[in-house]
Amino acid sequence: MADSTAQPSRSRDLDKLLLRPGHLVGPNFEPGAELRDDIKTYAKVLVVGAGGLGCELLKDLALSGFCNLEVIDMDRIEVSNLNRQFLFRLEDVGKPKAEVAAKRVMERVSGVDIVPHFCRIEDKELDFYSDFNIIVLGLDSIEARSYINAVACGFLEYDSDDNPREETFKPMVDGGTEGFKGHARVIVPGVTPCFECTIWLFPPQVKFPLCTLAETPRSAAHCIEYAHLIKWDEVHVGKTFDPDNPEHMQWVYSEAVKRAELFGIPGVTYSLTQGVVKNIIPAIASTNAIISAACTLEALKIASGCSKTLSNYLTYNGVEGLHTKVTEFVKDNDCLVCGPGVLIELDTSVTLRKFIDLLEEHPKLLLSKASVTHRGKNLYMQAPPVLEEMTRSNLDVALFDLMDKIPKDIVHVTGTAGKSGDKQSCLRKLRVAFKGINGVTEMDMAGGA
Amino acid sequence: MKVQNYVSDEVNIAKFAVNFTISFFFGVMGDKCLNLRASLVPGLFRTDVKGRLSMIKLFKVKEKQRELAENSNGKPPVKKQSAGELRLHRDISELNLPKTCSISFPNGKDDLMNFEVTIRPDEGYYNGGIFVFTFQISPIYPHEAPKVKCKTKVYHPNIDLEGNVCLNILREDWKPVLNINTIIYGLYHLFTEPNHEDPLNPDAAGVLRDNPKLFESNVRRAMAGGYVGQTFFTRCI
Repeated sequence: MADSTAQPSRSRDLDKLLLRPGHLVGPNFEPGAELRDDIKTYAKVLVVGAGGLGCELLKDLALSGFCNLEVIDMDRIEVSNLNRQFLFRLEDVGKPKAEVAAKRVMERVSGVDIVPHFCRIEDKELDFYSDFNIIVLGLDSIEARSYINAVACGFLEYDSDDNPREETFKPMVDGGTEGFKGHARVIVPGVTPCFECTIWLFPPQVKFPLCTLAETPRSAAHCIEYAHLIKWDEVHVGKTFDPDNPEHMQWVYSEAVKRAELFGIPGVTYSLTQGVVKNIIPAIASTNAIISAACTLEALKIASGCSKTLSNYLTYNGVEGLHTKVTEFVKDNDCLVCGPGVLIELDTSVTLRKFIDLLEEHPKLLLSKASVTHRGKNLYMQAPPVLEEMTRSNLDVALFDLMDKIPKDIVHVTGTAGKSGDKQSCLRKLRVAFKGINGVTEMDMAGGA
Repeated sequence: MKVQNYVSDEVNIAKFAVNFTISFFFGVMGDKCLNLRASLVPGLFRTDVKGRLSMIKLFKVKEKQRELAENSNGKPPVKKQSAGELRLHRDISELNLPKTCSISFPNGKDDLMNFEVTIRPDEGYYNGGIFVFTFQISPIYPHEAPKVKCKTKVYHPNIDLEGNVCLNILREDWKPVLNINTIIYGLYHLFTEPNHEDPLNPDAAGVLRDNPKLFESNVRRAMAGGYVGQTFFTRCI
């Protein structure tokens, strides 16, 4: 299709949202062609994951007027992906998902630029993430979500009145599917609950007792977990099981079959073995399509203000009939990841010992016996004795020096708070700012950019 | 015009947000999904509606700032501590171990995610033995239980010869309210009260059940360094 004919038809539906005023629009919404063009030019969106959701997300975002996209995924294409990861073909098997997905969408949607990143999310520096205006997640694990959430919340800054500074917002849209079920949620750190605020809502993983696996298996899954968790270590001393290695998986499968025969248990198959070991639930293409559509619409609303955003957690269940529901989760103000923490201003000469004493007197903290950690370094540990001994010499060093002379940074402290008799253990986030360092402190604290 | 637009907004949104009020349901990818009733979680849900963002102007300003800052040297990138690391920091700084247990950090004071616990029982079958356990903590701790293995080869009904440990709170009964201290006490308990009902070493469990005297002498022989049946144990006294 020639560009001249493609352009008007491509943005026709989008124009209905972006070129006209409406009742549900945001307060700063300015409809018009400029808005549409600005989204094209300035909105940079990162898609995390190029799997079932990622393929859909890239296609949807590209068709919704986003032209600057990047995608990150560490996986290569497998045959079993092809039924739903529609950007991939049989000849792509073995190639990096991010690269093929980017190429295919760029071939089909003119004017869209997608930069692929074939690596782990942890391999990228924070600067990489700071470049994007919106991060859209198509992930399959709590761990990866928690990581990206911590990164995005890490950009958030608060002013001296503990109000989040809008220019440091890094909005995320998180999608997830599991068979016929799915969710889409909007996370604006500082405004909505972050991933960590509600992580306790996840149910614990189902884990079988080891002695059941070893002694009294009753199901096919028990036999598979026996081969995976017990038999593997018995036979392969010092060699770690790799779920992505087909030889390893085949070995576990054949051991599970032997085990099942021994106990007369039916139902062990290769695909069940993969499912149990890798926690795989069969994916449904249309669930991915629905969730991805919801996520893309949210990204468009965040960028343009053309309507209220989802507030803030949509669940979709197609198992029996069809149920969807939007729930507004509430932010945890004491969240260690997205919360403001307690602002503490100090002179550069204050020693760690003096700092720990100050925490005890601070009206918002009243924290005694504090252990202090900064950027992964344990500055002082009250216990166990071995760590107390290793960190004791820091007590008489200036905190400013222990914090590598950074004028303003986050410090975490653990200790006990409350009146004697009602002492409670607590873990707090502090925003430590040193007075009079190059004027940076005062300026930042005033809330100016 | 406004009415028409209102309708088109609504239609677009309604495609994805059909209200359903009977049950709450949460489904999240990756072996995670949960059902709960709102009424069980007071304070979790709020009724006022926010979320009127329009961030494109901010994106524009940022892009210009970025172009200007392109050549200036940026701040050194900082890896954030995960919420799991912070929670573990609290667990460790509040450890209160019995005198029979000690902890060490082979990678130094700044890696709390990998450590070893040494247990020296002062009573029971294993009195005088020294047993080392390795702990590996996940970044999403305490959502996920620590991975614990016994490094010392031990003749024990609930610990197999590869060091797997059958302790309920390490697997099926782990809860985020538990902590490292609880696990260490649980491990210590295994040495004072070995249990033949949850066998991971069925031979040892059978002997403990049928012939406690023989079990006692087998334990002594294994701890002193020697064979029990076909299996050799290194001295750990």
